[in-house]
Amino acid sequence: MNDTLIIKGIEFKSRLWVGTGKYKDFDETKKAIEASGADVVTVAVRRVNIIDRKSENLLDYIDPKKYKILPNTAGCYNVEDALRYSRLAREAGISDLIKLEVIGDEKTLFPDTIGLLKATEILAKEGFIVLPYSNDDPIMAKRLEDAGAAAVMPLGAPIGSGLGIRNPYNIKIILETVKLPVIVDAGVGTASDATIAMELGCDAVLINTGIAGAKDPIAMAEAMKHAVIAGRLACKAGRIPRKLYATASSPFDGML
Amino acid sequence: MFFMRLIVNGELFETSKSETLLDLLEELRIGPERVAVEINITIVKKAAYSTFRLKEDDRVEIVNFVGGG
Repeated sequence: MNDTLIIKGIEFKSRLWVGTGKYKDFDETKKAIEASGADVVTVAVRRVNIIDRKSENLLDYIDPKKYKILPNTAGCYNVEDALRYSRLAREAGISDLIKLEVIGDEKTLFPDTIGLLKATEILAKEGFIVLPYSNDDPIMAKRLEDAGAAAVMPLGAPIGSGLGIRNPYNIKIILETVKLPVIVDAGVGTASDATIAMELGCDAVLINTGIAGAKDPIAMAEAMKHAVIAGRLACKAGRIPRKLYATASSPFDGML
Repeated sequence: MFFMRLIVNGELFETSKSETLLDLLEELRIGPERVAVEINITIVKKAAYSTFRLKEDDRVEIVNFVGGG
């Protein structure tokens, strides 16, 4: 069964996307990513350490030939910074992919959706493949689609919170509202959360803290891999309707 | 003798040998392939590194990818 996710002509083999932040070291990062089976990894754009040049580079561990590198604009609190980081990411990298974040508040890390919309529009015109990290608002998802986003990335819950999919009904409405791929970004705390996102019909799930923050990140990476596959299969298989009362599974015929 | 003061990644940097951006990256032992460089907030394309001449007080930002979500 061919079930490849395609965004703007780019084929994504895995529907689990993983972040590379918060790991103990690059070796653990590499092992967790391998265990997750993900073929797309997010990265941040930061100053090179010019004082300690011996420090290793993430890309020595995550081969860009093997993985699709998805740079983010994490830490950007206004449109101008988000554009600046996006353009730098494109220059440092090899693709037009950008996971666009315009953050509105330090405590919640919720998106500043007004800034996000503006930045999406500008970057899409510049030829970026814009994947905006948004809230779980169907109206905003539609506005982002109209502004030229290549996919929408609604949060399940605040970044790093592990609270799971707080509003599955909104995610469901987003799926019905936009034609774009919908990738749940942020909030997944454990395997069942990822499965729920996929069962709802989401195209992919992006997880960082849920894996990197687990006691055993490598084992959790593998759990998330199976969770996403299970959720996807269940979604395509079509679940039974929920009913209040029982229906016997064994026949009456042949009973004594 | 050649001498120039730059601000590199927010820090004062004095050089007596880097006339071009490529020279500077070499002096800092930074491979040009995996970085992006801004000079005075304008991105310099990789192809122009060897011809881009630095000048006194240029603000140079050199970034790369780090772990992130």
